[in-house]
Amino acid sequence: MRQGAELPAAARAILDGDRRALAKVISQVENRDPAAEPISRALFPRTGRAPVVGFAGPLGVGKSSLINLLVGRLRALDRTVGVVAVDPSSPFSGGSVLGDRIRFERSASDTGVFFRSMASRGEPGGVAAATREVARLMDAAGFDVVLVETVGSGQVDLAIRDVASTSVVVLVPHLGDEVQTLKAGLFEIADVFCVNKSDLPGADLAQRDLRELVSLGVSRTGWAPTVVTTSTQPPRGIEELWQAIEAHERFLDASGQRRAEERRRLAVELVERAQELVGHDLTERLDRDPAMQTLLDRVAARAVDPQTAASRLRRRSSARR
Amino acid sequence: MARTPKEAPIRVLIAKPGLDGHDRGAKVVARALRDAGMEVIYAGLRQTPEEIVRAALEEDVDIIGLSILSGAHMALFPKVLALLKKSNAAEIPVFAGGIIPDEDARRLKRAGIRAIFGPGSSLEEIVTTARKLARGPA
Repeated sequence: MRQGAELPAAARAILDGDRRALAKVISQVENRDPAAEPISRALFPRTGRAPVVGFAGPLGVGKSSLINLLVGRLRALDRTVGVVAVDPSSPFSGGSVLGDRIRFERSASDTGVFFRSMASRGEPGGVAAATREVARLMDAAGFDVVLVETVGSGQVDLAIRDVASTSVVVLVPHLGDEVQTLKAGLFEIADVFCVNKSDLPGADLAQRDLRELVSLGVSRTGWAPTVVTTSTQPPRGIEELWQAIEAHERFLDASGQRRAEERRRLAVELVERAQELVGHDLTERLDRDPAMQTLLDRVAARAVDPQTAASRLRRRSSARR
Repeated sequence: MARTPKEAPIRVLIAKPGLDGHDRGAKVVARALRDAGMEVIYAGLRQTPEEIVRAALEEDVDIIGLSILSGAHMALFPKVLALLKKSNAAEIPVFAGGIIPDEDARRLKRAGIRAIFGPGSSLEEIVTTARKLARGPA
């Protein structure tokens, strides 16, 4: 193989299906270990193949249970699956309890599934900074589908749309009247609405409100979001949920939106990464450059305003390069 | 300010092998480890040794904590240790808590369980030991 020789050993191992190597590199990516950079770089050309399906919605609506059943369905179809499940980190201790694995019921010998829990580590928006990269590693490792479960989110935790090719918004009956569905935020990012716990009273009403919302207009991409109802105990509607996801994936290909959306997501990622690099540089400059310390003194003395000082800090930073 | 990467949080797997249904102790410990800044993967009740080892490998944990009250520790703990060894992951330290008679505890420690906490153990002691096992030289 022409490229094989140039690949870092860990990248080679991931491509060869070594799950331990995958798990280790995921940790390096999460910890921003520079050792992961050449591995990510080597694997990047081999990614962009697997659909990445994101699951967002309030806590307790059943995202983990749905993913568990969906994995079962996908395995029955002989598709391999990578799962990334994000839970919040404590703003106080930095620690977290990652409990999504509890709902996960695959046989320990099934190598067609890889489940990884992830702490948000202070990142707002419902996913961790490294979630996108971890989904990409699973893609490179050859999983046919990657499922991402976001932190049980509120109305504005929308970062999943910058990670996933299909976003499923999971809701339950009695989350509010139909005006809630008109509000900005969570309802705007759904490619598929999933009304879970459909055995509860009010499910038909929730479904009707969502259908009405969808009928008011299509999304930016020209896709009219699908509404499906599901239940996890006993399992119901899982096949319909998967078909709705696949229908959206097919739409992306047929409409040419896949490339446009991928480009949009990459643009977001590039700016995020560049901002992080620039942020580090600016902090360093401000801390180390005596002229910038003097400037900070002048801001503290109210002689220069923060906006003016920020422009100077930026100019000096780029001039020094 | 130097661009030193922050020290990575310790990742711990907390699991209950076997068939007993009492997970209060495991939850109290999981919460204490969380409050000490660790990332705790809580695998919950009724886990087989195979599931525990698989979770430990996929989650790339630094340490495994097993909680047991059923009395099956002499069967299940050595199985977990053996599976770790078989997966070339014997370096992951395993500690345990629950109702474990002293004689069994001695034998389990000889078998490779690194620390055992019975009733009345302080959370501080558990957190300190877990941190030492996860960070310290194996």
